[in-house]
Amino acid sequence: MIDYHVDADGIATIRWDMPGRALNVLNAQSIEEFARCVEQALGDPQVRGAIVASSKPGFIAGADLEWLPHLDAQQMQAQGGRIRQSLRRMETGGKPFVAAINGAALGGGFEVCLACHHRIAADNPAVEVGLPEVQLGLLPGAGGTQRLPRMIGIRNALPLLLEGWKLRSREALESGLVDAVVPDGELLSAARAWLLSPGAQAVQPWDAKGFRIPGGPPGSPAGMETIAAAIAMVRAKTWGLYPAPFDILSAVYEGCGVDIDTGLKIEERYFLHLFGTPEARNLIRLFFARVGLHKLAARPQAFPTQAYTKIGVLGAGMMGAGIAYVCADAGLEVVLLDTAPEIAERGKSYSARLLDKKAAAGRLSPEARDRFLARIRPTADYADLDGCELVVEAVFESFDLKGAVTRQAEAVLSPRAILASNTSTLPITGLAQASARPKNFIGMHFFSPVDKMPLVEIIRGRDTSDECLARVMDLAARIRKTPIVVNDSRGFYTSRVFGTYLNEGLAMLGEGIAPALIENAGRLAGMPLGPLALADEVSLDLQARIRAQAMAALGDAWRPPPGDQVLLAMVEQHGRLGKKIGQGFYDYPAGARKSLWPGLADCFPVRSDPPEIAEIVRRLRYVQSLESVRCLEEGVVTDPRDADVGSVLGWSFCPALGGAIGHIETVGLARFAAECQLLEEAYGERFRVPALLRDMAERGASFYSASPGIISST
Amino acid sequence: MAEAYIYDAVRTPRGRGKSSGSLHQSTPLSLASTVLRAIRDRSRLDTSLVDDVVLGCVEATGEQGADIARSAVLDAGYADSVAGVTVGRFCASGLEACNTAAAKVIAGEASLAIGGGVESMSRVPIGSSGGALFYDPRIAFPQRIVPQGISADLIATLRGYSRMDLDGYALESQQRAACAWNNGWFRNSIVPVVDLNGNLILDRDELMRPGTTMEDLARLEPSFTVLGEKFGYDSVAIQRYPGVEAIRHLHHPGNSSGIVDGAAAVLIGNARIGEELGLKPRARFRACASIGSEPTIMLTGPSYAVAKALRKAGMAAADVDLFEVNEAFAAVVLCFMDEAGVSREKVNVNGGAIAMGHPLGATGAMLLGTLLDELERRDLAIGVVTLCVGGGMGTATVIERI
Repeated sequence: MIDYHVDADGIATIRWDMPGRALNVLNAQSIEEFARCVEQALGDPQVRGAIVASSKPGFIAGADLEWLPHLDAQQMQAQGGRIRQSLRRMETGGKPFVAAINGAALGGGFEVCLACHHRIAADNPAVEVGLPEVQLGLLPGAGGTQRLPRMIGIRNALPLLLEGWKLRSREALESGLVDAVVPDGELLSAARAWLLSPGAQAVQPWDAKGFRIPGGPPGSPAGMETIAAAIAMVRAKTWGLYPAPFDILSAVYEGCGVDIDTGLKIEERYFLHLFGTPEARNLIRLFFARVGLHKLAARPQAFPTQAYTKIGVLGAGMMGAGIAYVCADAGLEVVLLDTAPEIAERGKSYSARLLDKKAAAGRLSPEARDRFLARIRPTADYADLDGCELVVEAVFESFDLKGAVTRQAEAVLSPRAILASNTSTLPITGLAQASARPKNFIGMHFFSPVDKMPLVEIIRGRDTSDECLARVMDLAARIRKTPIVVNDSRGFYTSRVFGTYLNEGLAMLGEGIAPALIENAGRLAGMPLGPLALADEVSLDLQARIRAQAMAALGDAWRPPPGDQVLLAMVEQHGRLGKKIGQGFYDYPAGARKSLWPGLADCFPVRSDPPEIAEIVRRLRYVQSLESVRCLEEGVVTDPRDADVGSVLGWSFCPALGGAIGHIETVGLARFAAECQLLEEAYGERFRVPALLRDMAERGASFYSASPGIISST
Repeated sequence: MAEAYIYDAVRTPRGRGKSSGSLHQSTPLSLASTVLRAIRDRSRLDTSLVDDVVLGCVEATGEQGADIARSAVLDAGYADSVAGVTVGRFCASGLEACNTAAAKVIAGEASLAIGGGVESMSRVPIGSSGGALFYDPRIAFPQRIVPQGISADLIATLRGYSRMDLDGYALESQQRAACAWNNGWFRNSIVPVVDLNGNLILDRDELMRPGTTMEDLARLEPSFTVLGEKFGYDSVAIQRYPGVEAIRHLHHPGNSSGIVDGAAAVLIGNARIGEELGLKPRARFRACASIGSEPTIMLTGPSYAVAKALRKAGMAAADVDLFEVNEAFAAVVLCFMDEAGVSREKVNVNGGAIAMGHPLGATGAMLLGTLLDELERRDLAIGVVTLCVGGGMGTATVIERI
């Protein structure tokens, strides 16, 4: 697991190499083994110093996430104590230790480096260092919140701790996270050379007499200023929904003005606190759910992996251009087709702009840029689609237009080629009617901007084959998107549930709740924007069009969604269509911040007795979670993990709440159902508890207990 | 229980609270002992009769640390037997000190006591003493603590005060202060600050800008826009006040209190000691009160504190002849007048901290003396002093002339 070797010069090499694993991780066995190696080096009079290294391509990736979440608080305390103790032994044992960082050293892995007396990193793009625990709702609990500020100062350490930034070798050197960067092959010799040099100190700065933390302790004027600014910044950013950055601030504030041993005790307390929070549980569960999706756990197994070489994209608008970019980025040839060559060319220029930005930042060579762009062929000629294994249709959301381009594309494609429609609203089974081979017709719903948004919602039509699904999932993996698979339904999963958030906001406006209150309630609910602002982004006429499509398709079964009258009034009476025309629920003055349209007060008079803010927040959250349950109940989504990841990546449902379904688990099923009943009495049947949830609440069941590979919520 | 009477009240002039200010060369110790000596000399006190000296001080650290009140007692040449205690209630410290001195008299712990306050903002700058309220995440984060200027702008936003409303109020403060100084209405209480050779350092509030116009004020840039918008404090405040779309930043140096140096002292005792010493009581304490209020908006405490004090005194706002409401920010006073239903004619009739400055820990005691002087000049009976307080508090005192 960890090789220990002492050479003729008395240099011990402690080399991590965990068997049967791609990465070295910290768990009960490796911690114990490492502690033993440390003691061996300290106890052997022949040893003058030690190198901590790795035999794998990475250094130490962090805590073993298959292990850590399953510990109870007592076990966690014991294990945390063990690693803290051995790191403390390492730095105070009287012999110099140097970390030879050959690859990713993250979380606990980097905390091992921080406890070494010297850090050398290889000049290798695989090296990244950082403390990303905050992203899992935790804090670096093996001294990270104490050693890093003592090393580089509180002001420099806070962003790394609060945001979980990962730095490459050169950035790490500039920021003082490592002491030296050496060519890849010289890492171990450089580490040896340091140990044999007269400068090899076996005392950490914070253990030396007269130590003063760079920039001053938390109680110094500069320290207080930094902490105060960080408190406001974290609050403004998180709206109080994430305990981890809050506790990290406290660990730094309380721990960095005292001796390191007391600081470590303070850190431990906050770590244990975070370890018990539902937010950490939710973020860890989401992490595993996403890992499972990346591994294509739900892919039909019977079919070989599709190797892609050439992708067609129909429509060179915003979405088509973005899809072309991510495909070309994955090394695929792309045919980008639109009605005229110059329109297709414009779609390609989107990629050029993104690449120019990268080149300007020094992250891309001019040659790589040119090779990238050469992979995208803009055209107006359907014949150019010949040879594509898959074509993504991304034209305007019109049933007839989509049908027409489908037929034209299929005329030149091989029978095995897949046609994937990037629609966000039109049912796939209906669109497939235009296809000559509906088995190979599927929905592939990308999110805008495609190059940034990681999710793709794959929609099975009634006739879509398992093989087609498997092959489309292979493409998602190839272009590094997180795929969730859903069954056909109006709005599928993401648009359908996201729509309930917008509609609820519109309904509130119609009820006379002040628009600013609605918008801030949306932020307090954990959403990145209020429902009115998001409705403006989507554009109100598009929503009116979706409404008209639904009305036409459903006939007598159609029911006006909540807020229907508000939508119609805005579009038909006031002509305020949203952000794209600078006028929606907000005014969008050029060069200034948007502000709520003052006319709203006349159109939707504000009532004098608004409900409690907590109730407004609850409505905005619960309406989404309930619709997600209905999607599970109807089989639109089949796995709550898909629903959670889809909600977080698709429309930024608050991950700390656990995603749209995880939120229900966080509240507790019984309590959630009881609260929904009150909401139903006040606001109508959209808050009625679905039978699935009612039944589960009565049985005391969990959405996750039946799902293997994720931590149980109980 | 005994009643507490005010026998005398003095203050130093207020010096501009920066290095160019006249009192920057005077230590807070010397400012505090200046007013204590004046109290002694004006009443020819045998200081051994003084039971305690209670001084308010906000930044009780450095030169103002280690119980400045006791140091001032000794420096002023009072008898060794006189105790000294420093109290902190942020901006109301000076009034709290007087209320505490009065309470000691009322309770019988003291027969004669001095309340007052000192603050050299030029020598011990605001924020010097740190404090969990602003820096410890455990309190600042959940309580959504924001800088006071953000709170003041939040009050203006919530109540719909315009920049014109605030500037108009500020202009009147300047005009009223100038009028009072020109007519010598402060003369009775001002103790000039002199150096150890007896040479004059300052005998007049030096921050005032009597020639200020609305145009001058209109030119000033709002002070808290960057803190609010770039540092995230607007969002922090809105998280407590989700009905607010955006905070309008309207306060600036011209409609906010000025940073100054100064000290004040008030001689407080029971009836018997006044008779023994042949001192004439000028007023008595009718009621004192402090309250806590919502800490993000922080500065709305005065109306609640006054309501509580008046309730204890068995009075209504209409019974009060004059109010001194500390002009921390223009919106604080406008908000108080709206909440308490009090007209501008009764409030801060000789100007306030916007014109003359707000020497944090001393201000409350200064206002008490200013109020009493004006009640006497107008021959009125009932006066109220109140201040807004950091952390969301308010302190108020009701006095009645004898």
